[in-house]
Amino acid sequence: MINYETFDTWWWPYVFIAIAGWLATDIWRWLGVIVGNRLKQDSAALTWVRAVATALLAAVIAKLILYPTGELKNVPVALRLIAASVGFAAFLIGGKRIWIGIVVALGLLIGGQLLLGSAVLSG
Amino acid sequence: MSNPSGQRGVHWFFKGARGITSLPAIILMSAFVGFCGFAVEAGIPLGQTVFMTGMIWALPAKVLLVGSILAGVSLPAAFITVALSSIRLMPMVAALIPEIRNEKTPTWLLLLLSHFIAITAYVFTMERIRDVPREHRVAFFAGFGMTVTSANIILVAVLYSTVANLPAMIAGALFFLTPVYFLTSIWASTRDRAGHIAMLVGLALGPIFHQIAPEFDILYAGIVGGTLAFFADRFWKSGARS
Repeated sequence: MINYETFDTWWWPYVFIAIAGWLATDIWRWLGVIVGNRLKQDSAALTWVRAVATALLAAVIAKLILYPTGELKNVPVALRLIAASVGFAAFLIGGKRIWIGIVVALGLLIGGQLLLGSAVLSG
Repeated sequence: MSNPSGQRGVHWFFKGARGITSLPAIILMSAFVGFCGFAVEAGIPLGQTVFMTGMIWALPAKVLLVGSILAGVSLPAAFITVALSSIRLMPMVAALIPEIRNEKTPTWLLLLLSHFIAITAYVFTMERIRDVPREHRVAFFAGFGMTVTSANIILVAVLYSTVANLPAMIAGALFFLTPVYFLTSIWASTRDRAGHIAMLVGLALGPIFHQIAPEFDILYAGIVGGTLAFFADRFWKSGARS
């Protein structure tokens, strides 16, 4: 099977990235343009497409919090959930100001880790 | 380009470009610092990391491609993995296009500019496009999309050699910034009730479908959640009317 290391030339990885990366993402964007060009503003179809796009993004958000990649994996899942929920609540209470939500959520995430870390060290 | 309309277009292009200092753009750049670290760790050379940033642009697709390269999977398998994760781009682009084009916008220009659409550009544009006159919306979007993409290409190239030394807690916070920012900004930029219902349903369905069908979880959650939200909103409306 052809894979990333099949050809020992400088250009092969770029071809691999172009096919499996660029083509695999941009075909959806092109299809989106073709569909979007046919949608009328304020139509029911556009409301549905927008709802699907929003639900997709929400699912991405839930996955990034529950099943993260990289260093975030080492933070307990309960702390991630509390930080995100309280951050979102603070955002709503604070008049939908995005920076309030971010400051509260990141503060809880880092503060919680420091507290947990010191509890482990002293205990 | 000396006519007044052309000059206005240039003006709005630069207004969009100035979005590079907006919260969405700054958060995306922080997320790219995280991606750059991941690519270095995975042993992807500088040139290819920069190439990926410009050619794929959507961050989750890049993470999956690097994962596929690490796993040594075949070209068709890598293509399918990345393509499946990127289906979400289609409804996003389809929802954004009616907001930015006007009757005179050529389709080839939209096809070209669609490359710059990913979650950040979607959120930024949906939040602000209502304040831009319709004939200048394409210029405004082009200014933002091209500037942010170029800035991140440069950022990745410059940071590549230094990023491996990031403290673990900061790296973790960088990965956490993206979902929290999306959560708040998408909620704030959603104008209709159907969108707010879709958001809540999608948050719940994402993890549920992850248990049932991990390969297609995002896609199922989007279609099922979006359709449920659409009909709940219709039902609510007709209930209010009678």
